[in-house]
Amino acid sequence: MGRIETRFKELKEKGEKALIAYIMAGDPSLSATSRLVLDLEEAGADIVELGVPFSDPVADGPTIQRAAGRAIGKGANLRKIISLVQKLRKKTSIPIILMTYYNPVLHYGEQQFINDAVSAGVDGIIIPDLIPDEGEYLIHLCRGNGLDTVFLLAPTSTPERVEIVSRSCTGFLYYVSITGITGAKLMLARGIKKRIKEISKISGMPVAVGFGVSTPEEAADIAAVSDGVIVGSAIVKRIEEGKDIRPFVASLKKPLKKNIKKPLKNALRGKEKNR
Amino acid sequence: MKKMPDKKGHFGPYGGRYVPETLMPALLELEKSYSRLRKDPKFKAEMNRLMSQYVGRPTPLYFASRLSETLGGAKIYFKREDLCHTGAHKINNALTQAVMAKRMGKKRLIAETGAGQHGVATATGAAMMGLACDIYMGTEDIRRQELNVFRMKLLGAKVVPVDIGSRTLKDAINEALRDWTTNVGDTHYVLGTAFGPHPYPVMVRNFQSVIGREAKRQILKQEGRLPDCLIACVGGGSNSIGLFYPFLKDESVRMIGVEAGGTGIKSGQHAARFAGGSLGVLQGAKSYLLQNEDGNVLNTHSVSAGLDYASIGPEHAWLRDNKRVEYTYALDDEALEAFKTLSSIEGIIPALESSHAVAEVIKLAPAMKKKQVVIVNLSGRGDKDVQQVAEIFKNSEL
Repeated sequence: MGRIETRFKELKEKGEKALIAYIMAGDPSLSATSRLVLDLEEAGADIVELGVPFSDPVADGPTIQRAAGRAIGKGANLRKIISLVQKLRKKTSIPIILMTYYNPVLHYGEQQFINDAVSAGVDGIIIPDLIPDEGEYLIHLCRGNGLDTVFLLAPTSTPERVEIVSRSCTGFLYYVSITGITGAKLMLARGIKKRIKEISKISGMPVAVGFGVSTPEEAADIAAVSDGVIVGSAIVKRIEEGKDIRPFVASLKKPLKKNIKKPLKNALRGKEKNR
Repeated sequence: MKKMPDKKGHFGPYGGRYVPETLMPALLELEKSYSRLRKDPKFKAEMNRLMSQYVGRPTPLYFASRLSETLGGAKIYFKREDLCHTGAHKINNALTQAVMAKRMGKKRLIAETGAGQHGVATATGAAMMGLACDIYMGTEDIRRQELNVFRMKLLGAKVVPVDIGSRTLKDAINEALRDWTTNVGDTHYVLGTAFGPHPYPVMVRNFQSVIGREAKRQILKQEGRLPDCLIACVGGGSNSIGLFYPFLKDESVRMIGVEAGGTGIKSGQHAARFAGGSLGVLQGAKSYLLQNEDGNVLNTHSVSAGLDYASIGPEHAWLRDNKRVEYTYALDDEALEAFKTLSSIEGIIPALESSHAVAEVIKLAPAMKKKQVVIVNLSGRGDKDVQQVAEIFKNSEL
C-alpha cells in the first residue's frame, strides 16, 4: 500500500477528512518550497501537491499562472523539483504528489521521469491535461513502479467518462468542484453529494474535491460530502503576499478533524453556476 | 498511407486529445454532432447555399501572367481565398462551425485570433446566426491589427485583450480554452486552425478542403492537367491542409508548406517549428513544438501575426515525417518583399501570412520549366497589414 492510500485509511479510522494542500514548487524559490512543505505538514495538511511550473497552464487561473511565472523565472524545472523531493524525504514522510502538465514530462522522457520520481520518493502524479485515454503508456509505467496516478473528474463527466477515469486512477479521485479553472469562485451544484457518492461507489476509492475552495467554511462543506478537500490558489495567494501560511492551513484542517454530517450551507447556492 | 487520423484523432504519433477532463464531454459531443451533421442533407444544402451566396465561393483560380513572365519560369496560379467574404479562407471554417453551434443549441461563440482574420470570420458567423461572441486576442496582436479589432467590434463581438505571456496567438488560445472549460454548457469554441484536440484538426481540414477541391477542378479545366506544385503558408496549418488534402493521393503533385522564418532560425526569433522544434504537447495536440530544455514553450516571432505560433497542426507533422509534403520557411524580409512584389506586379495586396507563400514561389518558379504549373494559395488579402507595413517601410522608398 502506498503512502497516499495509507494516509486515507488512517484518516478514515480517525474519522477525519484529508486536507490536500497545493503549492507551486519554486515559488518564491526552491529552498522556500522545502520549508513550505514542512510548514504545511506542521499546520495539518495530510497530503502535499507540488506544482511543476509550465509556460502554458490551461487549467489554471491567474493566481497559479502568476506563481508558475515566478517559479520559471527562478529557474524551477522538473529535474530540480524531483531532487527537492529527494532532499525533503530526509525530513518528512508526508505523501507528495507532483502536479504537472504533460509537456514537461514528455520532454523529460516518460520512463526517465518515472524512474527519477520514484527513487526520489514521489508518491503520485496529477497531470490535468492528460486524460487516461492518452496516458496509457505513462499509467503502465506508474503501475509497474508503485506510483499513483490521480485523474480528474468534472461536473460535466458522463457515466462513461466516470468509468474510464476510475479504471485508470489510483490513490484517490480528484473531483473538480466547478466547470472552470483553479482559483475560480466556488459554487457547488445541488446534486454534489449524490454525485460524489456515485463516483465513490463506481471507483471504490476516496474522492477529494478541489478547484475554488478558499475558506475553512467551504472546506467544511466539502468535507461533509467527500473524503478530502484540495486547496491550492488560496494558499498560493498567501505565499504571493509573503504571509505565514500555517495559521490558514490549520484553519482549513480544523473542521476536517471531526466527521461533519451537517448539510451544506456555505458553498451551496442552490443552483448550478453558469458563467 | 494508412487512413488518418484514427478514431481518437491520432495522425501516427501526433494529434490526440490533451485537455482537462472537464472538456472531454464537450469534445465527444462535438465529434458526434459533426459526424451526424456532415451526413445531414439539410445541413449540407444550407452550407452550400451560404458558401455560394454569402462567402462567394467558388473563389477564382487566377493565372498570374505578369508575375509568371517576370520570374521567367513556371506558370503561376493563385487560388484567390483573399476574395472570400471577410478577406480570408478563415470564413470557410468559422461560418460552418457557427452554423453547427447553432444547431447544437449553443448560445455563444468564443474564438482566438492572431492576425484577426479568424476573429472577424467568427464574429461574422456569430452575427449571422444571432449568437453572442467573445474573441480572445493578445495585446501585441491588437496593436498590430487595429483595423480587424474595430471590424470585430462592428460585427457585435467583444474583443477580450490577453495581456499575459507573449501576448500573441498562443496566449489567446490559453484564455479561450479556460473560458470554454468554464462555460462549456452554452458555449462553442470555434478553433480557427487545423490544430487543438480531436476532432478540431480533422474538422477544420475538412471545412477548408473546399479550397483544394475547387483548385483541382479549376486547374483541370484551365490547364487540362494537375499542377506540378502547390505552395501555401503554414501557421496552425488550415489554409495549407485545405489546399493540399484533396491532392494527397496525386503523387505527381509536389507540395510545399512555408513556415515563418522570422529574422532567421539562428536568431531564435521565428516560428519555424520543423526547423527548430521537437515532439511536444501544446493546447490539446501532440506535434512539433518550439520549446526549451525544460519543456516550456518558447516565444515565437513573425512579422505576420497569423503565423506566429509555437506548434503546428498534427497532420502536417505526419505529412512531413512521411515526406509527402516538404516544409520550408520564409524570412520576415522575404515576405515583405513578396508583399510589395505581388502588389506592384499583379495589383493584388496579399496578407503578410500569404506573402510567405508568395516569397517561396518567387524563389522556386525561375528554376522551373515554362510548361510547369504552380498553384499558390493566396489565403488572405493584405488590407489589414497595410498600416503595419507602412510603418516598417516608412523610412525607405517603396
